[in-house]
Amino acid sequence: MVSNDLNIFLIILSAMIINNILLIKFIALCSFFGISNNMQASVGMGLAVLFVICMSSTITWIVYYGILVPLNLTYLRTASYILTIATFVQFTEMFIKKFFHALYMALGIYLPLIVVNCAILAAAFLGTDYELNFINNLFYNLGVAGGYFLAIVLFAGIRERIMLAPISPSFKGYPIAFITASLMSLSFLGFKGLFGL
Amino acid sequence: MLKELTKGIIKENPILVIMLGLCPTLAVSTTAVNGLAMGVAFAFVLLGSNIVISLLRKAIPDQIRIPAFIVIISTFVTIADYSLKAYLPFLSKSLGVFVPLIVVNCIVMGRAEAYACKNTVFNSFLDAIGMSIGFTMIITLIGVIRELLGNGTIFNYALMPANFTPFLIMILPPGGFLAIGFLMALKIKIFK
Repeated sequence: MVSNDLNIFLIILSAMIINNILLIKFIALCSFFGISNNMQASVGMGLAVLFVICMSSTITWIVYYGILVPLNLTYLRTASYILTIATFVQFTEMFIKKFFHALYMALGIYLPLIVVNCAILAAAFLGTDYELNFINNLFYNLGVAGGYFLAIVLFAGIRERIMLAPISPSFKGYPIAFITASLMSLSFLGFKGLFGL
Repeated sequence: MLKELTKGIIKENPILVIMLGLCPTLAVSTTAVNGLAMGVAFAFVLLGSNIVISLLRKAIPDQIRIPAFIVIISTFVTIADYSLKAYLPFLSKSLGVFVPLIVVNCIVMGRAEAYACKNTVFNSFLDAIGMSIGFTMIITLIGVIRELLGNGTIFNYALMPANFTPFLIMILPPGGFLAIGFLMALKIKIFK
């Protein structure tokens, strides 16, 4: 369990490896299985998620503690977070299209997809659920996004090899991908309990 | 009419065929009760949002339909989340962040975009019922398999013989991937 008592290193380690968002927490699996059959797309999506999670969770933190808590409106959390994230992603897309064209070419098509990537919303929810302070929340989200990047890139690498392997027809495609993910999840589970996290 | 109802159950089953809504399917299906509760919460949100969106389908301008859908869906999600917290706190605790995450569940958004905003209220209602049954069925089935193999029980009733050693792995995260992987392989084998 992440809390404000932990130091930054442990918060990142917990979010990235021990409670990996894809393999242990089962969040954002649609993109995990949908995109990972292509290495380049996985790297692009991983980077886009990294960028958006860090920025948007900081903004939702400010929205939560700056607007919702003082006005006693915390029941509007779900609606306000998703609207904040959708707006932010739209603005980011316009902004980097105009000023950082090379970055836009690399991330461009993955940005709109991110609005429906539940990793972003989940990271924002979990950060507020754990009642982290501003700095810890930022590092927690950095860890979550790093974990996403790590898992999806590793998985894409494995799936590229699987395409060359002889697999029984019933298991071709998604079934074998799920079983691969199960074995990866098993290896990440091995970190459970490290430093009591 | 019957077709609208039954298509979600097998032919267009949201989980096994369209591959949507995987996160809650795997994460909360550790026991049959959790799976069923998630299915019911999901059905409530899908029914509510499909009906309201198809009622408002002529009033919502096309350019801002996605934000409008999000607001409608998140209203129903908030109702479901807070009702669970008030009346079934233990279930709310075990479902955790996955109840508010229904808001980004691709099935709900997908049905709004692909069906409810183009069809009549009654057809959208049937569509939501069919999709909810399809979703609840699979998530409960996975819950039953995982609970039976990982704990030796179904809905907390012991079913396995006394000398059965539970495969603990099935109720841990890797078991979720394993169960759905084999279920899909089975589906391909049977329906091919």
